[in-house]
Order: sequence, then C-alpha cells, then structure tokens
Amino acid sequence: MRILLVEDDKDVGGFVAKGLREAGHVVEHADNGRDGLFLAASENFDAIILDRMLPGGVDGLRLLETLRTQNNHTPVLFLSALAQVDDRIRGLKAGGDDYLTKPFVFAELLARVEALARRSKNEGPQTKLTVADLEMDLLARSVRRAGQKIDLQPREFRLLEYLMRHAGQVVTRTMLLEGVWDYHFDPQTNVIDVHVSRLRQKVDKPFATALIQTIRNAGYMLRAEAE
Amino acid sequence: MREAGPAATLAPGPRARPWRPRRFFHRLRSPGHWLPGRWTPPALLRSAGLRFAGLYAALFGLSALALVFFLWWDTAALLDRQVDASIHADAEGLNERWQAGGLPALIVTIRDRLVENVDDDAIYLLVDTGGHRLAGNLDRWPPGVAANDDWYELPIVRDNIRSLARVHTFDLPGGFHLLVGRDVEARVRLRHVLTDALLWALLVIAGLGGAGALLVRSVLQNTLADISRTTAAIGAGDLSRRVRIAGRGDEFDHLAETINDMLERIGRLMDGVREVSNAIAHDLRTPITRARARLEDALAHAAGDADLRAAIERAEADLDGIVAIFQAILRIAEIEAGARRSAFAAVDLAPLLADLAEFYGAVAEERGIAFASRSPARLLVAGDRDMIQQAVANLLDNALKFSPPGGEISLIGENGGDSVRIIVSDQGPGIPEAERRHVVERFYRGESARNTPGSGLGLALAVAVAQLHDGTLTLGDNAPGLRAILTLPARRAGSDV
Repeated sequence: MRILLVEDDKDVGGFVAKGLREAGHVVEHADNGRDGLFLAASENFDAIILDRMLPGGVDGLRLLETLRTQNNHTPVLFLSALAQVDDRIRGLKAGGDDYLTKPFVFAELLARVEALARRSKNEGPQTKLTVADLEMDLLARSVRRAGQKIDLQPREFRLLEYLMRHAGQVVTRTMLLEGVWDYHFDPQTNVIDVHVSRLRQKVDKPFATALIQTIRNAGYMLRAEAE
Repeated sequence: MREAGPAATLAPGPRARPWRPRRFFHRLRSPGHWLPGRWTPPALLRSAGLRFAGLYAALFGLSALALVFFLWWDTAALLDRQVDASIHADAEGLNERWQAGGLPALIVTIRDRLVENVDDDAIYLLVDTGGHRLAGNLDRWPPGVAANDDWYELPIVRDNIRSLARVHTFDLPGGFHLLVGRDVEARVRLRHVLTDALLWALLVIAGLGGAGALLVRSVLQNTLADISRTTAAIGAGDLSRRVRIAGRGDEFDHLAETINDMLERIGRLMDGVREVSNAIAHDLRTPITRARARLEDALAHAAGDADLRAAIERAEADLDGIVAIFQAILRIAEIEAGARRSAFAAVDLAPLLADLAEFYGAVAEERGIAFASRSPARLLVAGDRDMIQQAVANLLDNALKFSPPGGEISLIGENGGDSVRIIVSDQGPGIPEAERRHVVERFYRGESARNTPGSGLGLALAVAVAQLHDGTLTLGDNAPGLRAILTLPARRAGSDV
C-alpha cells in the first residue's frame, strides 16, 4: 500500500516510516504541512498518517480540511499529542477517519492504518462474510462453520463480525474495545482477552484448525491458515 | 440696535501683540510633552468617577436652568399681560365716556384719572388734528407712532425723567387721536431684580451641582476602590482575597458577588493545576526511577542479547505504565476543569449498566467470581455518557482486582427520587474505615493493594466524574468487602438537559 506520512519529528517519523516499510508498504514522508498537502493533493495514496501540529504554516486540521474540500477522500489517521476528548472530536469532525494519540504502540498504528486503507476499498453493503469455511449471514444473523450452525450471543456475533471484516489484518484490543463495545477507556483487566477466548470456544474449539490467532504484543487476527 | 464696540479692538495699536496660536500649539505638540496624534487627558479627568460626577452636575444644572428660565419667562410674561389688560380696560372706560359725553367728557375723565392715579404710572394723551395737546400728561405726540389702533413700546420723557412706556393708540372720529399707556419702567426694574436673583441662583446651583458631583465621585471611588484593591492583590498572587459585599443588594453587590464567584472558580482551577503538578512530581518519579534503574542495571550487568532484549521489553512496559498514569492525571484534570459539562445530555444508565455487566461479567465468570447485576428499566441522568461509563468501569475493575475466587460482585442501579445510585460491591479485603478518606485521593494505594497492577487513579477519577455531575462517591463496608456508591442527580422528566 502507498502511505503518506506527515510528521515533523525526525525520530518518530523515521521510526514509523521504517516500520511501515518493513511491513511491506511504500511510504512517502513529508516533514511539514505544506509539502504534505502538496503530496496528498497531487498523488494517490491508500492512507495518510497526519500529525496535528506541523511547521510550514499548514497544520494537520487545515491540511485535511483543504483536502476534503477538493473531494479527496483518502482515509486519514491523526497521530497527535493533543489527547483531550475535544481534540479527538475536532479531528474527527474535520474529516479524520481515526485518531491515535502519542505516545503510541507501533503495532496499534500499523493495525489501524491497514484497517483504514482496507475499509476504503471494500465499501458497499455486504450481506455475507466468508473466511475459509466460516460463513456469516448478516441478514439472517447466523453463523456456520463447515456447514455446522454456531449459536452466538449478540455481542459475540458483533465481535466475530468485526474480526471477519478485518480478516487477514491485525486487530488490536483497543480497536475491538472501540469497534465492538464503543468504549473509549482502558480497562485494567484483560476483558478483551476473556471475550475473545469465549468466542474461540465456540468458533475454533470444535474444529480442526483455529481461525482466530493471537498476535504477540499486538492483538488478534482472523485468517484462514497459520503462517 | 446696539452699537458696535470701540474701534480700537478692531484696529490694534502698535503695542498690542497679536495672538499666535500656531506657536502655542507647536509647544504643546513638541515631542516629550505630548503623544502624537492622540490626546491624553490629565490624570484627574481620566477618572470615571469624575466623568459620572460631571454628568450629574451637568444634568442637575440643566434641569435647574430650565426651571429658572421658565419661572423668569412666566413672571415677565404675566407682568406684560397685566399691563396690557389694564391699558385695555382703561381704553374701554374712556371709549364709554366718549360715546356718552363726547370730547369734553373725555377730557374731564382723562384729567380725573390722572389725579386719581396714585401709582403715577398712567399715561394719556389726547390731541386734535393739528397735533395740539387737549389733555394728558405727555408734552407731545411721540414721533414715529401712528394713531392707528396699535401697540407700541417706546421711551418717553415725563417730568424730565426718561422712562419706558407701553402704549395703545386710537383714532377718534373728528380727527382726534388718543394714546393710553402705562409706564413700565418699574417692570424693567423688576426684571433686573429677577435676573439678578436668577444669576445668584445659578451660582448656587453650580455650587450644589459641583458638591453633588464630588460626592458621587467619592462614593463611586470608595466602592470601586475595594474591588480594585482586591483584584490588584489577586493579580499580585494573593488568591485568598475577596471583594467585600456591603449587603445592600445593589448593583455593586451583584458585581462583587460575580467577581467573588469568578475568584472561587479560578482558585479551584489553580488548586487543580497545583495538584496535578504535585502528582506528576511525586508519583511519576517512582515508576520513572524504577524504569531507569532497570535499564541501567541491564546496561551494566546483562549477560547477553536475551537479557538485554528482556530489559528493553520491561522498560517498554514501564513506559506504558508511566504513560497510563500520565494520561489518567490529565484526564482527571480535564474532568475537574469542567470543560465537558457543556456536552451533557440525557443518558439512560440502564442499558449502559447492562452492557458493562455483560462486559465485565465474562471476566468474573472466568475467575470463578459470581457476578450479579440488576437495574430498573430506565435510569435517567443528565451527564456525559463516556465519563459515567469510565467511572463505573473503574469501580468494576477495582472490584475484580480485589475479589477472591468464589466471591461475589454486584452491580446495582437504583432510582432514589431525585438521585440515581450505582452500587458496586465486592467481597474482597475492603478498605479500613480510617483509610477510606484517603483512597479517593490521587495515587493512594492501600497496604493490601501494593502488589496489584494499576495506576491507583481509578477511584480518584470516579470521584472527579461524580463531582462534575454534582454527585458523590461514597465508600462503605460490604461486610466483607467494599461497597462503592456513585450517586448522581436524576434527570427530571421534561427538563431540558
């Protein structure tokens, strides 16, 4: 994927660019708002990682607003030290698709950017999700694996739906917390792990292969085969 | 018509110096004396008190002047009317005599009236066609006066005394002319007296107005001086000062109350900032010291790559912990600043509690802890949904952290009239009564909590959320265990927020 990184801090920018390249992405790095806006407007990217406070007269919000008025809908993830609730709301209102506050864990950033870039590709209503032999009917709200019906609680259904929509991608605990429960706090207990393990009991345990993988230091991934 | 002034003022003599305005202003505008382009009044005139006082004096003076002028005008007009009326009556009488007895009767009547006139102010003159006096006390017909039934006001000479008269002239059949008038010199004198009196009155008015103005100024200055002193003291750093409230309930009291409310709020915010910096100073030092010590130890003593890697991973975890504490401190500060209060909306706590029960219930089940939850169908409060969620989540986190396996945790929502209560109880070690007061303070961790993970800020955040909603968090004994009660004001049906 082609990713534009607009970040003025040399260390952070270099670290993020390196990490993204290692994950197999092509990265353009701009260290000020003006260059960032020029690149974003003139080239095609799958996602943009945008700092809020930037030198060069154009800050992150302005950059994004300008971009959106030009009908450019490239998914944008804010990466900012401005961490208050109001800052987050302002960023999302300006047209941002996700908001990650500094300091951040790289795995979290990578997972969110990949999810954003993917999401923009398969837009449109879907009625069926399929991963290997796992099938989810979104209209009938039923789940089958290898032809066998699996009974899920409503919340378990939404958890599995989220994992299936992001199949093949790393999904972090925070992403699940926000995406499935709409919670914006950090539980002190391993609640997400407990819920995923319950889901595994129903989706993976009765079958030969496990679909829900644990990715160390990052989160989970639903995929057809373990690498 | 008044004559023009003496010629000397128009044509100055050789010694008279012409006034030089340009030089005068030039001196005033010279640098150092004056700000260019902007007129700055002297200090005394800059006083608002003086301005108000001046306004008062001007208003008072104007209204007094209006009254005086009205009095003066009314009196003068009344006198004029009286003179006219008496001339008119006189003329009527003479006319009757003329009708009845002709010229001789008129002459006799005029003579009689002159004799009877005690005040010596009546003026008559009857002349024939040739202008010869037939009767009356004027020597001759005044020049410039036509005998055509009209009013005149003219100077006359009577017994060698110049005076002013108001006269009415009539044409009589047979070429005779009659003049009836009154000497109004007395009226002019009266007018002078009145004018003098009024000028004196104006002087008194100016004096009284000035004195009143000074009074207004001093009252205003005294009242504002206290506000000024207080705010100056606060500006200098003494935040404990408050503006004195006179207790009269007037505008100044309202102003003082508003200022005092503002100072209270500023004080609270300042305390918040101070607490946050204290918290950062004291309580982040410990984990940072620990992380630093571990890294230093690894640098000096690590046996190989595996050891170093483990040390780095530990340091990473330490940093995450530090960030968590840091974010919790800032979040509490954000809540306490009350900025989010504007985002308050009606929140039904019943589904919120049900979701949290389901969310944490799974963990309890996994750990062999019984989890009970109940709530009425609707629990309405006005507030910030995310914050209440986080506060209850913190209480549940705490309960799970301290509950022994086989214990029981309950999450109960209750409608209590004008308040809503959320009760989280566990069967853990609880908190000794003496310690309960401290646990809601930041970073306090009880003896029994030393070895459990967490920032130690969960309860402090719940307290901040409760206070933001004008509610309370009370800790009680669950015998055994802890019972935390979060009380929030209920949203009355039909209210706006």
